[in-house]
Parts: sequence; structure tokens; C-alpha cells
Amino acid sequence: MRVTDFMPAAPEMVLLGLICVVLLVDLVVRDENRVVTFWLSIGSLVVTLITLLLTAPEARVITFDGSYVSDGLSQLLKLSAVGLVGVGFLYARDYLKQNDLLHGEYFLLGLFGLLGIMIMISANSLLTMYLGLETLSLSLYALVAFERNSATAAESAMKYFVLGAIASGALLYGISWVYGVTGTIQFDEIATALQTRPELNSLPLWFGLAFMIVGIAFKFGAVPFHMWLPDVYQGARSPVTLYIATAPKIAALALTLRILVDGLGDLHSVWQGMLMVTGVLSLVIGNVVAIAQSNIKRMLGYSAIAHVGFILLAIFTGSATGYGAAVFYTLTYAVMAAGAFGMVILLSRKGFEAEAISDFKGLNARSPWFALMMLFFMFGLAGVPPWVGFFAKLNVINAVLEAGFPGYAVLMVLASVVGAYYYLRVIWYMYFDKPTDRSVFQAGRDTRVVLSLNGLAVLALGIVPGWLLKLCLDVMS
Amino acid sequence: MDLSHNILSILIWLPILGGLGVLAAGDDGSDTSARAGGMRMLALGVSVLTFVLSFFLYTNFDNTTAAMQFVERTAWIDAFNVEYFLGVDGISAPLILLTTFITPLVILAGWNSIKQRPAQYFAAFLILEGLMIAVFCALDAVLFYVMWEAMLVPMFLIIGIWGGERRVYATIKFFLYTFLGSVLMLVAFIYLYGKTGDFNFFSFMNVPLSITEQKYIFIAFLLAFAVKVPMWPVHTWLPDAHVEAPTGGSVILAAIMLKMGGYGFVRLSLPMLPDGSQYFSGLMITLSLIAVVYIGLVALMQKDMKKLIAYSSIAHMGFVTLGFFLLWDIGQGSGAGLGMTGGMVQMISHGLISGAMFLCVGVLYDRVHSREISDYGGVANTMPIFAAFFVLFAMANAGLPGTSGFVGEFMVIIASFKANFWYAFLAATTLILGAAYTLWMIKRVVYGEVANKQVAELTDLNGREFVVLGILAFFVLLVGLWPAPLVDMMTVTVDELIQHISQSKLAAL
Repeated sequence: MRVTDFMPAAPEMVLLGLICVVLLVDLVVRDENRVVTFWLSIGSLVVTLITLLLTAPEARVITFDGSYVSDGLSQLLKLSAVGLVGVGFLYARDYLKQNDLLHGEYFLLGLFGLLGIMIMISANSLLTMYLGLETLSLSLYALVAFERNSATAAESAMKYFVLGAIASGALLYGISWVYGVTGTIQFDEIATALQTRPELNSLPLWFGLAFMIVGIAFKFGAVPFHMWLPDVYQGARSPVTLYIATAPKIAALALTLRILVDGLGDLHSVWQGMLMVTGVLSLVIGNVVAIAQSNIKRMLGYSAIAHVGFILLAIFTGSATGYGAAVFYTLTYAVMAAGAFGMVILLSRKGFEAEAISDFKGLNARSPWFALMMLFFMFGLAGVPPWVGFFAKLNVINAVLEAGFPGYAVLMVLASVVGAYYYLRVIWYMYFDKPTDRSVFQAGRDTRVVLSLNGLAVLALGIVPGWLLKLCLDVMS
Repeated sequence: MDLSHNILSILIWLPILGGLGVLAAGDDGSDTSARAGGMRMLALGVSVLTFVLSFFLYTNFDNTTAAMQFVERTAWIDAFNVEYFLGVDGISAPLILLTTFITPLVILAGWNSIKQRPAQYFAAFLILEGLMIAVFCALDAVLFYVMWEAMLVPMFLIIGIWGGERRVYATIKFFLYTFLGSVLMLVAFIYLYGKTGDFNFFSFMNVPLSITEQKYIFIAFLLAFAVKVPMWPVHTWLPDAHVEAPTGGSVILAAIMLKMGGYGFVRLSLPMLPDGSQYFSGLMITLSLIAVVYIGLVALMQKDMKKLIAYSSIAHMGFVTLGFFLLWDIGQGSGAGLGMTGGMVQMISHGLISGAMFLCVGVLYDRVHSREISDYGGVANTMPIFAAFFVLFAMANAGLPGTSGFVGEFMVIIASFKANFWYAFLAATTLILGAAYTLWMIKRVVYGEVANKQVAELTDLNGREFVVLGILAFFVLLVGLWPAPLVDMMTVTVDELIQHISQSKLAAL
């Protein structure tokens, strides 16, 4: 092996090295100086980002005996994941400090999770994928439980862990069947095997595929494997929820695209039906159940399920336009979700978690600016133009129509109308009701600036969506 | 200075940026501070400047061509061939002028009566103005849809924040109703994009479509536009929204937003789906006549003034849709253009009259804080000048010759005579019903003995209110007595449109 063979994995290696440094420094830092860990983590993210930009591949590069890939898609997804984790950290600092939770664990586990995400994004074999997935999942379980004294956190971590372990088991079981049938774990070789020996495309392979879809649906939080999601969103501390709601969605997208498109693309007609069922169910159940929620984290959890329905239906089309639409949807959704949870963090303070939707009452009277930002996030998630969520939906609907499924397109837009109601309710509480709580926000200036930028980005991306759209379509074509 | 290549962008973005400026200027949470005063002047200044600039549109408008004028065209989203494509013709130019004309009046009308967060109120109206103008000049389907939906957001906030008691119910109903209506239009647009490869309205007009496709797309468009117009039976959001909205919101809603539906029919449904429109023309005429007759009867029974005017709006908008879809019953001939031009004149005239009626109710509401007809009586004794205006607008609403209300209705009734006697017979009942509900309300509110102490203490119009109502009265009479400039703007475009509609798209298949 030459040194250049390591280049595609350079960002991950740099990140791992930096994590070790942060880990060691965190050992010697005293609690009152814990903010050092925070700045070191932000520094690590910046360095990783720079490495990513410097090692950008010109074409698709496969390394480590075919188990690792670096291409346009991996570059785009990794950059977004690093950025989202950074935004999450910036939102989290003041919140953690107010709640005496500013320990190194949050940032370290966050960085380890990011490492897992990046490995998943670049995985070119089923085992690499599984390794990345477990790195991410274990970090997430620990993150949910990181507030040691909280019973709800422990409960949701336990639930997450048990169900997550089952899902990982299902995925691994599916992997073993696929390996057994095709004789390889590398995505490109699986694809070649299916093309040269079409007789493999039969029941044993489909059996393995079904288990892998279970794993994918669980990681995405798609119905009927969504049960963990609202409980975990609600039980975890808001910064942790924010983390789970953003970057791991990108990882789940990579998981789906790498396995189903890169590896099992020839089985499109088989997995199409499975994605259709989970996608439609997610869309309908997510949107309808979200209406009944009074806890905003839970509501955003069900709304996440509904958005996953859109993403899965975009992949379901099996076309390059559909995959591009799924990438665009996931990235923009993550940006909007980060902002929405950022608002929850902003409104919380020591001993008070702004969890109820009614905690947003009269926000316009307390802070017109942040009420406006929340309005951006809500209308963005609802898919109302000119916010970027509209173009994400437009893209998916276009792909679905192009693939010849007008019925699903109609279902999607009708589900969006149902969904609009619960987003409107947040705006109604913020603008039409009187405040019940007049306390001043305790978040620092950096949180406020980043949150404002996040909100303006949701609007700006909606006004000039062309470049990102083109990027997403290009990496998938 | 030659503005002809960017006048439309200026008309769109000046109010939007001005609205942001007003928002930034702020109001310190009080409506009497010097800062709030400056903010108000800024809002008025921006809206008046927009109106003055729109004069350029009027003076430089070429009546002799049906082609798009003042065209602006640049790429917006390359991946989908979406363009920032603007232009106006004889259909949209009068509606843009109506928008720029009504907005300053609305801002004046809300001058002192908005106590809570006035900066946000004025900013919402300015942003709304820009978005509405954009809807009327967008020639790209995505641009059109973005503006069409974005428009709901400021209106949602206007009704919800500054509205009456049941404002939350009314505004959520308004939003969801119109949102539900519009989303299928988006699916139809994307379907058409799949056929043509871009979102240009002209490609949509020229692409051949089978009759089945045309029927489905017509239904998708119909839902969007019928909710906006609103047509019976999807009109139920309108009375709620009107009653709960603040005066300014009601005026914009009635005067301009309802016109979006009518505009959609002429800009999209008719030219893009000539055969689908022909297929559904019977249904459209039936629904329009139900709106005219049945909703007219409903209006007669209202106890709330705003609700009465809201129902009267639905009935009057029935004339608009009736006029548009008479084409096939009349056949090719001199009368075909009459119905369509009548419908469009009716849109402009209804914009002026309904706006004026809601402003009159607003004047009363600011003083008495009631919209119930039974709380009034003998207003003419204490507010003679106001009563004169109110009676004038009521007469116009009833379609008195010499006022703008007469012109459009008369044209549509003549056109329907050419189509079918019974259409004309039913449409003409509005002359009785309209007069009945409007004048009966006037009788109970304005005339008679002074009903109670509150009416006895009323003060007549102040200068600001006098100016607002005076300007509107002038235009109501102007359009009524001399409609030629308005009709001339439309004639060539309408003829061209009818030419286009009468060519079946099926032949090209």
C-alpha cells in the first residue's frame, strides 16, 4: 500500500487523531475550565473540514482493497455532517452550562458519532458500513444516557439501545444472507455479480434484502420501525435530540443509497415495493400523529417520521433524479430541524426545558426576531414557499411524477396539507397568543448568531436553491 | 429614465424591501411614539411611491398588442429550467394597478386604529403587496406558485394577530383551505413540466394535451382557483376570514386576493386547457349561477355587516366566472369577448367597491366596536358625510348605472343573453337581490331614528378617512361613467385570448 491509498480516508484519520487529543486533554481539564473541551472540539471539526476540502477527490476513488470509497456524494454528505455537528455543538454549550452538564462526554461522543457517520458515508462494503453504523449507534446510545441522574434519559437510552441492537442484528443477518448468495461484501462486486448472474436475483437474496430494509427503516425511523424515535427525542436532553435529529439522518441516507443503489441497484423492482410501503406509512402516520402531540420535541419527532417518508419515496423512484431529490431533501431537512431544536434549546434555561408547544406562547412579544426565525423553520418544514422546504418537496414530487406515479404525488401533497396544521399551531402560539413567561433568554451571543444564520439560511436557500439542487443531482448522476 | 426593462421588478421588490425597512424601523411597542410615527410615514411613503411608479406602467402600456410587455427574463433554477420571467398584458396590467392603488389606502385606513405592534402590521401589508404584484406578472409556473403560496403567510399573520375574537379559527381555516386548494395545482405544474421541459406559461399553452389530461389538470387548477374566487361550495372560509380580519385585511382580501382566482382562470385554465375548459364550462356556469342566486339569498339574511359584504363578494365574483365560461355557449362571434371583458371589468370594479364597503364598515367599527346591523340605526343623523359615501358605495354594489358596478355586470348579462335566455334570467336576479340586501342594510344602519346612545355620540369622518373614501368614490364613478380606458387596455388581449382558446389542443396530438 502506498501513502496515497490512505488519502481518501484522511479526514477520518485526522478526526480520530484529534478525538484522541481531545480525550486526553479533557482528562486533565478541571470542571470550571470545561469550555476548553468545547473549543477543542470545534477546532477539531474545523480541521476535519479543511482536510475534507483539501483531499477532495476529482473522481470516484476506491481504496483499502475495495472497502472504502470517496466520491462526490461522500464529499457532499461529509461536509454537511461536519457542519451540522458543529452547529449542534454551538447551540449546546450554553444549555449544558446552565444545566451543569458541561462535561467532555457530550462533545467527545458527538465527535465519535461523527466519525461513525463519515465511515458510513464512505463505506464500499457491507462490513465497513456495519462498523460505521455501530460506531455511530453506540455513541448515540451513550449520548442519550449521558445525564446520569435522569430517569427519563436512562429509560429512553435503554429503549433505544435494545431496539437499536435488534435492528443492527437484523441488518447483520441480512448482510450474511447477501454475502452467502453473492459471495462478496463489496458493493461494486455485488452489483457486478447480479449483472453477470441474473439467476441470483431470487428468493434467498430477497430474504436477506428484507432484513437489511428493516435495519435501514429502523435507523431512519420509518414506520413501522419508528417506535423508538418519539420516545428518544422526548427523553433525551434537547442538545442530544438536536444531534440525533440532524447528522445521523445523513448517515441513514448514505446507508440506504450505498446498499440499495450502489450494491443492490439491480434489485430495484424488489426493494421498490418495500420502500413504498414504509414510505407511505411514514408519511401518513407521521403527519397524522404529530397533530396530537403537545410536546414539541415529540411533535418534531413525528414530523421527522413524515419527512423520512418523503425521502424514502424519493429513493423509491429508482431514478437519478429521485436519488438527487433524496439527498437535497435530507440536507435541507437537517438544516431546518437543527434550527427548530435550536429554538427549543434557546427557550430553555436552568431547570426549565421548553418542551411543551405552549412554551412558545407569545414569543413574538418576547423576541420578535427569534419568533421570526421559528416562523422560518416551521414554514420551511411545512413546505411553504419561499422557504427551502418547498423546493425539497417540489424536487421529490417531480421525481415521483417522472417515474410515473401521480397517485403518490397527490398523496404527498395532501399529507403536506395535514402536516401544515401542526406547524401552523406553533406559529399561532407564538404570534396570536399572549406570553405566559416573560423571562429573558440566557443563551450567549454565539448561539444567537448561529441560530439567526440558520434561520436566514433556510430562507436564502429557498430563494436561491439552484446551486445546491444542481450539486445534489450531479453527485447522484 | 427608461424603466421598461425593470419596472415590474421595481414594483415587486420596492414594497417588499420597504416592508423589511418598516420592520427594522420598529415601533417601540407603542403606537404614539415618534418612532412609530416615522415608521408609518415610511410605510405610506413606500406604498405611495409604488403607486406613482405604477403610473409608468399605465402611461407606457401599449393597447394595440396582445404580446407581453415590460418583459424581464433571467434564469433562476437551472436544474429545472425555472426562470425569473415577468411580463404584463391587458389582463394583468389593470390588476397590478388595482393592487398598487388599494395598498396605500389600506395603510391610511390602519393609521391609528392598529394599537398592537403597528410596525409588523404595516410591514405585512407592504410585503403582501409585492407578492401580489408578483403573482400577477409571473410567467413562470414555479415563480407563480412560490408567490401564490408565499402570499398566504402575511395574510395568515394579519388575520391571526390583528383579527377579532375567533381570529385563530378563521385564519387557520383560511390558510389550510387555500393551501389544500393550491397543492394539486403544483402537481399539475410539475406534470406539465414533465411534458414540456420547462415551467414557462407559453410552453404550457402550446403543448398538446389529450382530453383526459386536460380534464384532470382542469380539476387541479379548479380547486386552487375556486377556493380563491371563492366559488360555491368551497366559499365557507371567506365569511369567517372576512369577519375576523382587521379592516385592512378584509379590504385586501376582497379587493385583490379574490381576483387571483379569476386571474388564474384566464391566465392558466382557459388558454392551457381549452378542451378541458369547454368540457367543464357547463359545470362552471352552473356553479357561478348558484353563487349569484343562492349566495345572494344568503347575504339577505346576514346580521353582521362584514359577513353580508363577504357574501355579496361571493355573489359578485360569480359574475366573473360566469363571464369567463360563456364563450362556448355564445360561439365565435361578437359576443364572445363581451363576457370575458365583462368578467374582468367586474373584477376591477368589485375590487374598488368591496374595498370601499369594508372601509366604511371599518369606520363604524373603529367608533362603536360592533359589526352587528342591529347595533346601528340613524347613522345619517350624526355622520352625514359618511352616510353619503356609504350610500354611494352601496348603490355601486347594487349595480346602479353610472357606477363601476354597473359596467361589468351589464356586459356579462348581455353576453349571457346571447348564450341562453335562462342564464341571463338567473344572472339578472342579482339586480334585485343585490339591491335588496345592500339597500336593506343601508336602511337599517344609516336611516331611521338614532337607535342608541352610541350612535348619538358618533363623530363624522376625519380628514384621513375622508381622503380615503373620497379617492375610492372618485374611481368608482370614473369607471362607471367612462370605462373606455380600462376596457381599451383589455380588448386586444381578450380577442387574442379567445382566438387561442377556440383552437382545440387535441388536433395537435
